[in-house]
Amino acid sequence: MINYIWFFMILSGAVAAAVQGKLNLVTTAALKGAEEAVAVCIGLISILVFWMGMMRIAQDAGLLEKLAKLLKPVASFLFPGVPHNHPAMGYILSNMSANLFGLGNAATPMGLKAMEELQKLNPDSKTATPAMCTLLALNTSGLTLIPTTVIGIRLKYGSANPTEIIGPTLLATIIATTIAILLDRYYRSRTFDQYGNLKK
Amino acid sequence: MLLDLINFISKMMLPAILVFVPLYAIFRKVPIYESFIEGAKEGFPTAISIIPHLVGMMVAVAVFRDTGALQFYLQFLTPLLDFFHIPHEVVPIGILRPISGTGSLAFVESILRIYGPDSFLGKLASTIQGSTDTTLYVLTVYFGAVGIKRTLYALKVGLWADLAGFLASWIICTIVFAH
Repeated sequence: MINYIWFFMILSGAVAAAVQGKLNLVTTAALKGAEEAVAVCIGLISILVFWMGMMRIAQDAGLLEKLAKLLKPVASFLFPGVPHNHPAMGYILSNMSANLFGLGNAATPMGLKAMEELQKLNPDSKTATPAMCTLLALNTSGLTLIPTTVIGIRLKYGSANPTEIIGPTLLATIIATTIAILLDRYYRSRTFDQYGNLKK
Repeated sequence: MLLDLINFISKMMLPAILVFVPLYAIFRKVPIYESFIEGAKEGFPTAISIIPHLVGMMVAVAVFRDTGALQFYLQFLTPLLDFFHIPHEVVPIGILRPISGTGSLAFVESILRIYGPDSFLGKLASTIQGSTDTTLYVLTVYFGAVGIKRTLYALKVGLWADLAGFLASWIICTIVFAH
């Protein structure tokens, strides 16, 4: 899909430029875009290095495990089909807390481990289970405490107050996540019966 | 009241984490400076690894925008957007956000560059970008890893949540930043 979107943007740009008889617009735009992109990534180094460092301290201090423990009641509410002491639950909790800290690099492997464990509980290995759908709902709505990349890019363009968007962003993700959870519950009850089997 | 709370969170969240994390870690006898350096090493390759993605996306976005193609397509949506008072400039971010995080980031970048990060549009674009994750990518990676073919309602839930995040960002930014 991304291939088509990329092609679509470049092609419509080229056509638009050709119609105006200004094909050189394409070249200038492309080169300028590439240059800006590298500048943005270089600008992101500072905040990423800094944030990864801080978050390693949090990891080494056991804060992720602490957070996972706090989230346990939430997780058992969200994943009623997963037994409390099943390994899947541990990975789900690690995935949730790594996401909250904005540690994408740590969250994804934990999420994939959780999927593998959930797959072991799955009677039909080709079809998603309710718990898998809930885990995906949580991960796609992207609840995180600090949007580091966005702050980094605001910093790069000389924002007087780069962190001003933390509160609004947090509230917006909480709303998106809540809606995701509610919809997940709704569709789950329409798709599965109370024992977690697909309705006919 | 809610406004004060939102602004308070914006102001206090980062400093609170910066003080609390090392404080808690020292208390737990973690060698915090060494830990910081160890973790910080990962930041550099992460930033560098984004370069190919962002160059690819920003080249396409620059061509799409600077040639007037973006304006051309947006005019078809104008009546709908004007009816809901949604700023046109952020629409591509909303459309691309679930498909490609870097793609929407490229549009955020162009808004911050053109209008400035502290303009209303700049803050709105930043909030939309941060408010949700790349639904299609997450679904592909997670279900792909365990070979699930029937994903049932997962995509539907993800996309509705993305729309909710987009609309919530716009409403919240209007309340918090518009005056």
